[in-house]
Amino acid sequence: MDPQAAKLIGAGLATIALSGVGIGIGNIFGSFVAAGVRNPAAAPRMFGNVLLGFALTEAVALYALVIALLILFVF
Amino acid sequence: MADLGNPLEQFEIRRLIPIEVGHVDVSFTNSSVFMVVIVVLVTALLLIGASPRAMVPGRLQSIAELCYEFIANMVKENAGTAGMQYFPFIFTLFMFILFANLLGLIPFSFTVTSHIIVTFAMALTVFIGVTLIGVAKHGFRFLSLFVPQGVPFLMLPLLVPIEIFSYCFRPISLSLRLFANMMAGHTMLKVFAAFVVALGVLAGWAPLAFIVALTGLEIGIAMLQAYVFTILACLYLNDSLHLHH
Repeated sequence: MDPQAAKLIGAGLATIALSGVGIGIGNIFGSFVAAGVRNPAAAPRMFGNVLLGFALTEAVALYALVIALLILFVF
Repeated sequence: MADLGNPLEQFEIRRLIPIEVGHVDVSFTNSSVFMVVIVVLVTALLLIGASPRAMVPGRLQSIAELCYEFIANMVKENAGTAGMQYFPFIFTLFMFILFANLLGLIPFSFTVTSHIIVTFAMALTVFIGVTLIGVAKHGFRFLSLFVPQGVPFLMLPLLVPIEIFSYCFRPISLSLRLFANMMAGHTMLKVFAAFVVALGVLAGWAPLAFIVALTGLEIGIAMLQAYVFTILACLYLNDSLHLHH
């Protein structure tokens, strides 16, 4: 197989990781909303953890981006 | 089609004052200019903000006090009173990354943290510092960090290498998170800006509205990434100071 074609396919496959990240981020904020409706007084205190969890999960999406860019431009 | 330019051109390092020490290139680059601007701005904010010393703070003093209190609370909560010793470092880290990220959003400016070497230098400093602090405080007991509590003895040969690897992965993940967020955000802005120019007056307002929304998101991400870098540094410091207790 032509290496350039293989690189493009590899980069495309790397974006499959984004599905997991989408589920993860939706999970974080869904849990926050569900818990916030049950206990509105505790919600502002937990918001810092929500943002931390979001950023950590978003980072996995960016690792996938870096892998895609590595495949395309470095190898 | 007009020349759409290169969205990656904004990350180019340009030497402004070429300096060479032996065979090492230590030129004053456009990145250095922005680092100097960051340091000057942060110092000015804190020095001029703290100078009135009013009991009822004015606007600038309020901002300076809010920044201090935010990070002080973060360090105290996540690293305990033993961690307050390292507060100046954590505060510097937070203010530098915050200002670096925000300054990069000004059109025609340069984002210092969009280069992996800058973020990796900071993350490596945190990692080496935290490891040295842990070893200095606990000696050989520091290795108990890699042995989680309540694990059956037979699982240790599998678990300990994984723990060590995930510990050594920390500087990579810390630096990569900040770098990728900044680079991806700014590249996206540049790509949409090229669309605005390409679509011209008739349809160019659609990507322009998107750029406005995206810049708002980027401001939020700039602040969030500074917060996440700092709070992770605090958590790693807590791990080292208090092992697993």
